[in-house]
Amino acid sequence: MLGLYLHRDSPVHAFPVGWKLAALAVAATGLFFVSNPVAIGAALVGALGLFALARLPLGAVLGQIRPLLPVLVLLFAVQAAFAGWETGAATAGRLALLVLLASLVTLTTRASDTIDALERGLGWLRPLGVNAGKVSLMLALTIRLIPVLLDLVQEIRMAQRARGVERSALALLVPLLVKTMRMADHLSDALEARGYDPR
Amino acid sequence: MIELRNVRHRYGEREVLRGIDLTLAERRVAIVGSNGSGKSTLARLLNGLLLPDEGRVLVDGLDTRSDARAVRRKVGFVFQDPDVQIVYPTVAEDIAFGLKNLRLPRDEIARRVDAVMARFGLTEHRDWPAHRLSGGQKQLLAIASVLVLDPAYVVFDEPTTLLDLRNRRRIAGVIRDLPQTALLISHDLDLVAEAERVIVLDEGRVVADDAPAAAIAAYVARMG
Amino acid sequence: MKPLTTRDLVHCALFAAIVAVLGLVPPIPLGFLPVPITAQLMGVMLAGAVLGARLGGLSLLLFLLLVAAGLPLLSGGRGGFGVFLGPTGGFAIGFALAAFTVGWLAERLPRRGSLPSLFVACALGGIGADYALGIPWLSMVSGLPLEKAALGSLTFIPGDLIKAGVAAFAAATVKRAYPLAAAH
Ligand SMILES: Nc1ncnc2c1ncn2[C@@H]1O[C@H](COP(=O)(O)OP(=O)(O)O)[C@@H](O)[C@H]1O
Ligand SMILES: [Mg+2]
Repeated sequence: MLGLYLHRDSPVHAFPVGWKLAALAVAATGLFFVSNPVAIGAALVGALGLFALARLPLGAVLGQIRPLLPVLVLLFAVQAAFAGWETGAATAGRLALLVLLASLVTLTTRASDTIDALERGLGWLRPLGVNAGKVSLMLALTIRLIPVLLDLVQEIRMAQRARGVERSALALLVPLLVKTMRMADHLSDALEARGYDPR
Repeated sequence: MIELRNVRHRYGEREVLRGIDLTLAERRVAIVGSNGSGKSTLARLLNGLLLPDEGRVLVDGLDTRSDARAVRRKVGFVFQDPDVQIVYPTVAEDIAFGLKNLRLPRDEIARRVDAVMARFGLTEHRDWPAHRLSGGQKQLLAIASVLVLDPAYVVFDEPTTLLDLRNRRRIAGVIRDLPQTALLISHDLDLVAEAERVIVLDEGRVVADDAPAAAIAAYVARMG
Repeated sequence: MKPLTTRDLVHCALFAAIVAVLGLVPPIPLGFLPVPITAQLMGVMLAGAVLGARLGGLSLLLFLLLVAAGLPLLSGGRGGFGVFLGPTGGFAIGFALAAFTVGWLAERLPRRGSLPSLFVACALGGIGADYALGIPWLSMVSGLPLEKAALGSLTFIPGDLIKAGVAAFAAATVKRAYPLAAAH
C-alpha cells in the first residue's frame, strides 16, 4: 500500500503528478454524482484499462482490492437490503473504483513526487504562515514511519501472545507509545545530525 | 583532532558524564563500557547533538557550543538502530536528505547519491522502500547516507549490535576500509580489538585508556 | 507563534503514523462491546492528549493530507478525495478538530495530566468535536434529517467512550513513563 511504487515505462507513470492528483480529485468528486451501476461498471472497466496501460501486474490490482473485499460485500448487502441491489452495486462499485484509482496513482507515482507536488501546492499558502518545507518533511516522515510502526505492532502482539495476553488495546497502545516516543527522540537527533535545521 | 576538556553532562539531577578529558587524534578509537555508562551521551556531545553542562568539546579547534553547524558538517553519526535514522521512505531519497540540507545543486546531489549507492551495493535498490531492506542493508543505507556528506570524522554508536554475524562482519569491513577518522562504540570485542586505542567508560568516567589488548583486559576484569 | 522544532515535526509525523496504523491493524475488541469500527479515533484522542492542541491538531491535518493525496489510510482502507465527499467525510475531517479540542481541554482542565482529567478531555473533545462535524455532514450528504443522523450515531457512543477511557489511560501512563515528552 505504502511505498509500493512499481517502476514501469508507461504513459501513466510519465503523466505529471500534479495532473494525476488533480484528475483523481475530479474523478472522485464526479463519481458522487453518478448512481447508475452500469455507468460505474463501465468506469471500473476503464480503470482496469488504465492499470493495463500502466503495465501493472494483475496481482497489484488484486492486492489493492483484497483488503477492501469484506467492506465491499457488507456495503453491498446493507445497501441492497435497504435501497435495492442497484444502489448496492453502485455504492460498492464506487468505493472499489475510488480505491483502484487512488492506488493507481500510488503505484505509478513515487512518494517523493507526490510529496513534491503537494509541497508546490502548499507554497501558495506561505502567506498564511505555512512552511512547505516542514510540511513536506513531516509527510515523508509519516510515510516512512507507518511500516516501521506496523512491524512494531506485530512484534508487540507476538510478545504478548507469548505471555498469554490476547488482544487488548491497552496492552498494545502503552508499549507502542513508550517505544515510539523514544524512537522520536532518536529520529530528531538523526535529522539534526544530518544537518537538518528547522529554522 | 577531537578534544574534550573536563566535560560534564547531566540529565536532570543525574550526572552521567563526570569530568571527561580526552584528546582523540588516532584514526581508530573505540569506546567500551557497560549499558548506561554514558557512551551514547559522550558520542552525542561530539557533534553538538548535546552540549556539555560544563567543559568544552572541540573538533579541529571548533567549539560545539559556538560552531554547531560547522561541527556537524565535520562529524557524521551512525546510530545503533537504522530504523530511527532513515528519514525518507525510499533509499535514494534518504541518501539525498543530508545533501539537500546543505542546499547543494540538484545535479551534484544526484551525482553523489549515485556514487555512494554504487559503493555500498545499493544501486539496484534505489527506489526501494527502506522497510523492505534487510537489517544489514538498512545499516548500510544509514552509513551511506552519512558518508555521502563526506564528514572528516564518523561516530558509530553500536552499529552492529542489532545485526546477525554475517552482517556484523560486513559492517565491520566497511568501517575497517573507511578513509575517515572513526570513533567506534561497540560491545563487539573483536571489532574493538582492531582499533588503535580503546577507552573504557564506567559510570561516566574514563577508567582505562590504552592499547586494545590492555584496555580490553581491564574492561573484562571490571565486568567479571 | 513559536516555530516548530525538529522534535515537534517528528512528533506530529509519529502520531499521524500511529493514527494510520490504528486504521490498518485489524479491529481490536474493546471490552464487552462489539465495536464495529477500528481504533482510529483512539489515536486521534491520543494525539491531542499527548501532544497538546497545536501539535495534535497539526498531526491530524498531516494525516488528512496523506489521505487526500490518495493513500488509503482511513479505517477500511479508504483514501483519496472521495472519502471527504462521502457520508462519513465529516467524521474524517473532524479528526483534526477533535485532536485539537482534546489537546485544548487537556491543557486547561483542572488536575492536568491526571486520568479523570484526560478522560474528560478525550471524551468531550474527541467524541464531541468529531460528532459536531460528522453528524451535520452525514445528514447533508445522505439527506437524512439531522435528528435521525444524530440518533444513528448515538449507537457508536458507548464504544467511543471506551476508546476515550483507553486513550486517557494510555496517555496518562506515557506521560508518567516519559515525562520528557510531556514537558512541552
Ligand atoms: N534523554 C535522557 N534523559 C534522561 N536520562 C537519560 C537520557 N539519555 C540517557 N539517559 C541516562 O543516562 C545514562 C547514560 O546513558 P547513555 O549515554 O545512553 O549510556 P550508554 O550508551 O553507555 O548505554 C543512562 O543511565 C541513561 O538511562
Ligand atoms: Mg548507548
